[in-house]
Amino acid sequence: MSQAATELIRISGHAGTVPGAGLNREFQVCKLVDTTTCIGCKACEVACLEWNGYTFSETTFNNSYQTMPETAWNYWNLIKFNEHEREDGTLMLLMRKDQCMHCEDPGCLAACPAEAAIVQYANGIVDFQEANCIGCGYCMTGCPFNIPKFSPKARKVFKCTLCNDRVSVGLEPACIKACPTGCLHFGTKKEMKELAETRAEQLREHSGYREAGVYDPPGVGGTHVIYVLHDAKNPELYGGLPKNPQVPLMVRLWKHPLKWIGNFGIIFGVVGVFIHYLRYGPKVVEGDEDKGHGAKP
Amino acid sequence: MSREPYLLPNGRVLRYTFHERVVHWLTGVSYLYLLFTGLAFWSPWLFWIAVVLGGDTISRELHPWFGLVFIVGVSLMYKMWHRQMKETPSDKAWWAAIGHYIRNEDDQVPSADRFNPGQKLLFWGFFWNGILLLLSGLILWFPQYIPWNLRFLRLAAVFLHPVFALATIALFIIHVYMGTAMERGAFGSVIRGDVSRAWANKHHHTWYEQLLRDSAARK
Ligand code: HEM
Ligand code: SF4
Ligand code: SF4
Repeated sequence: MSQAATELIRISGHAGTVPGAGLNREFQVCKLVDTTTCIGCKACEVACLEWNGYTFSETTFNNSYQTMPETAWNYWNLIKFNEHEREDGTLMLLMRKDQCMHCEDPGCLAACPAEAAIVQYANGIVDFQEANCIGCGYCMTGCPFNIPKFSPKARKVFKCTLCNDRVSVGLEPACIKACPTGCLHFGTKKEMKELAETRAEQLREHSGYREAGVYDPPGVGGTHVIYVLHDAKNPELYGGLPKNPQVPLMVRLWKHPLKWIGNFGIIFGVVGVFIHYLRYGPKVVEGDEDKGHGAKP
Repeated sequence: MSREPYLLPNGRVLRYTFHERVVHWLTGVSYLYLLFTGLAFWSPWLFWIAVVLGGDTISRELHPWFGLVFIVGVSLMYKMWHRQMKETPSDKAWWAAIGHYIRNEDDQVPSADRFNPGQKLLFWGFFWNGILLLLSGLILWFPQYIPWNLRFLRLAAVFLHPVFALATIALFIIHVYMGTAMERGAFGSVIRGDVSRAWANKHHHTWYEQLLRDSAARK
């Protein structure tokens, strides 16, 4: 798992071939979040801050457990609380650990214009390289999960790294270590997917959650963070998890057809006027022989 | 330093006043910077331009500021030229003869006023696309302040900003070609300000006649 973190398979804003692509794809890493056993203790939030060296930010209070509305440039991991009313009128507190999903097909990377400001490793981790980031914020528009956040101080964008620094030396992410209930797991994508499916089946068959299922959205090619949900039919209930996330159509149109039409148009235009000159030449003014322009008014 | 074009005593014609030339180059230089830095972000194959122009981060920081300079230039241009850029009934005939104009069969092209209909198209194309570039550019400038539920604005801006830029690039290629290679004397007119009488008579006959009438009336 660790060696795969040195092999790049995608590079943002990159014109040539990608070193590492197709070298070795043995291990795809994955984080599994079982929302059904999360108790909302926020230990993972603290572990994330501690490992990444950030201090606590100011919190807000509006009569709920949600003391911060969304993740921030220096707060990459946030439990989203939703007080959900069931059909029978009873309360259910839905809690979901929100962070970068490490998409297989990352919209942030597709949108980024700067060479290697965002890279995807062969193990599936999508990582921002702030040294190369120009702070344009395109990634914020490309991401379907509202994850990359702009730092007004650094004028660059930050997000969860899936603890790439830990994973690359064979450790598991900090949040996983901190979870007291064992609702967070880390391993290969294959193992985690199996574990998640087993758990979902258990929920369906023994706990009465008929719609329980695994969230691994195919619209972005699957993700390297997957969830077990009590109600996989309504992921929106879990703090706005999109039902069918996709790299936005506008981003796709902009990066593909528009680029090619535009590039073709510009080349056509430049070549066109050149050929026009060869064919027709300049507009000659008869009797305008004096090349020495005189007066400066 | 006259504010109006007029016949110069040395037999030449003042086509663009000092004020007009300054505004033209304020707009032109800021546009060139916007074009080159914009193209750098447009394609990874052109990202090197940002490096040549002082660095990628600085290009990202300065591009929108130059956008504001560009818009000031466009506004000043609007102020000084919009009346002369108005469409007139005779423009139709000029467009009908555009094939002759392209093939340099200029004797078959209706005579033009101070600005010919092609120049008017250039002016209004830059004016309207300039406004649209400003609006979409402002969204691109501050994406962090556009809330998530208004994300469609950001998505529209990333797509449309380069669309508007491409529209100006199409006009710009023709403009530069005509101003430097095709219409000899035009480039000098926007640098030094003056053109020959023959030039004025050929390219902007209606305007030249008016200048002659005005100067006769002044005498
Ligand atoms: C009028 C005011 C303008 C503003 C406020 C503005 C702002 C922006 C901003 C904020 C960006 C994102 C990247 C960056 O910051 O550099 C951008 C990108 C860009 N701008 Fe502008 N801009 C303006 C005018 C123009 C003009 C006149 C052009 C003409 C060529 C232009 C061409 C581009 C291009 C090609 C891109 C890259 C689009 C892409 O990534 O596909 N901009 N602009
Ligand atoms: S702000 Fe985002 S899209 Fe822009 S260069 Fe940085 S990582 Fe890439
Ligand atoms: S969740 Fe957003 S930031 Fe994370 S990899 Fe996917 S598109 Fe990129």
